[in-house]
Amino acid sequence: MSFVSLLWVLLLGSLLGLELIGKVPPTLHTPLMSGANAISGITMLAALTLIVKAEGNLPLLIIGSVSLGFALFNVVGGFFVTDRMLAMFSRKPSNKK
Amino acid sequence: MNLPVTIKFVIDLLAVLLLALGIKGLSKVKSARDANRLAAFAMSLSVLGLLSYYLGTSGIAIQSWIWIIIGSILGSLVGAILAKKVPMTSMPETVALFNGCGGMSSLLVALGVAIFPISGGQENFDFFKSLINEVSISVSIFVGAITFTGSIVAMAKLQGWLSTPGWTQSKVRHFVNIVFAVASLIAFFDLINGNTSSIWLLVIVSSLLGIGVTLPIGGADMPVVISLLNSYSGIAAAAAGFVVDSQLLIVAGAMVGAAGLILTQVMCKGMNRSLVSVLFGGSLSAQSTTSSGSGEYTNITSCSVEECALTLEAANKVIIVPGYGLAVAQAQHTLREVTKKLEQNGIEVVYAIHPVAGRMPGHMNVLLAEADVPYEQLKEMDVVNPDFPATDVVLVLGANDVVNPQAKNDNSSPLYGMPVLDVQEARTVFVIKRGMSAGYSGIKNDLFDLPNTSMVFGDAKKVLNDLIGELKDLGVGEK
Repeated sequence: MSFVSLLWVLLLGSLLGLELIGKVPPTLHTPLMSGANAISGITMLAALTLIVKAEGNLPLLIIGSVSLGFALFNVVGGFFVTDRMLAMFSRKPSNKK
Repeated sequence: MNLPVTIKFVIDLLAVLLLALGIKGLSKVKSARDANRLAAFAMSLSVLGLLSYYLGTSGIAIQSWIWIIIGSILGSLVGAILAKKVPMTSMPETVALFNGCGGMSSLLVALGVAIFPISGGQENFDFFKSLINEVSISVSIFVGAITFTGSIVAMAKLQGWLSTPGWTQSKVRHFVNIVFAVASLIAFFDLINGNTSSIWLLVIVSSLLGIGVTLPIGGADMPVVISLLNSYSGIAAAAAGFVVDSQLLIVAGAMVGAAGLILTQVMCKGMNRSLVSVLFGGSLSAQSTTSSGSGEYTNITSCSVEECALTLEAANKVIIVPGYGLAVAQAQHTLREVTKKLEQNGIEVVYAIHPVAGRMPGHMNVLLAEADVPYEQLKEMDVVNPDFPATDVVLVLGANDVVNPQAKNDNSSPLYGMPVLDVQEARTVFVIKRGMSAGYSGIKNDLFDLPNTSMVFGDAKKVLNDLIGELKDLGVGEK
């Protein structure tokens, strides 16, 4: 893809991000931040690309693998912790006495 | 387009759509949990898409598989374990840690690509060929390093492993940070000029810049910083997207970057701080000693737990104002027991949640939810503020700045203009506190001097436990 079209992608992605978060109740700020944070671990795709393209270059394989590990730590941990927080909110209505 | 390319295109498109829906859904209580799972699903989909694309085109070597499996198993496992084990009170620092590692990942990708330019003429992968690649590599390293060190410092400060060193509150820090910034700029341009060796300079100086910028920031402003760093890690991901030429990465990174910025702004508003003053103003306490030191307390009334229990028993309506101190004392469950007793006696109990109660917006809701407090009893500031005049007793637990009337009355106060809970309007206010120390902001709280305020000194958990005992003696909650 040409650089210009990638810039368009960047621009539209940013606008989408600005639009998506309009009104968020304060209750959800922490989970939202944590969830968005997990999504930023999408760099795992870049790490994967690096490993696949490394073609037997050992240092590159190792760097890619470490990078993948960091990214997945971010992604998996982020989603789990967000789920843990949100589970508390959804549990409540059924818990009414 | 051949088949693998088409498939990847469709999958990427679907993943972006689902991620956007996920972020959108996370902003509503009802849909939040499903939305989070949707986003997680979209992420795994994108991985499958990428892997199947490579399987269909160039193939994936066994060696690559091995390293993929090692990296992903280790990363996921540690992440999952940490996410399950960490106590809810330390949520902000956990998010900071995850965030820093995301930044580190982007940094490593760019570093790998820069040090080992891959020969062999694969499409899109002859790096350092064009200016764009060099720029995106540099940006990725720069932002990634700042995100990493900044997040780690933020985490360490929240955990209490690191305090704010004195020199960082003087003007020296601006000088130091400007030096770091200029040095990283030099390294940046040097790198773009094709001088690969300056990459290490860029890594080191931008890491130092991340530390230098985060270190002077006070604990109260940390959530804002974490949210900003979260936005940075999105930008770092987008930059890494340019490096490996992936639209999906760019879109997702840009979305997180932009969403993080908005969230940062919302948090700033809640604390009445501008982003600029958070980033460059140092911690509030340093300012307040010079600007408004509004003097000593003159009219402190302290009272025993027994008195507090008697007043509570006679009340019709009680509002609880929880703060971070409550969470630190792990007293949210004890508090729930107290309120249960009051409710059994027919007393109306409501929790007033300031937008920035806890250490992050929404943190307090999470903590109270953990203690089984019914959702309907949590009232946001704007909803609960008109109720205070009709309230008999307010219990302030570990909250300080968010109930400081100075924010409304004293325009010389650094807090002036911050939205606060009008607890002083209630008939009686009990403040449960360890001692007379100031809140995050380091500013005197005029509330404590008011005639209708009584201080109950002690650890929140112990006081609440005593309160349960006293209420029991009074026969409250036993029918």
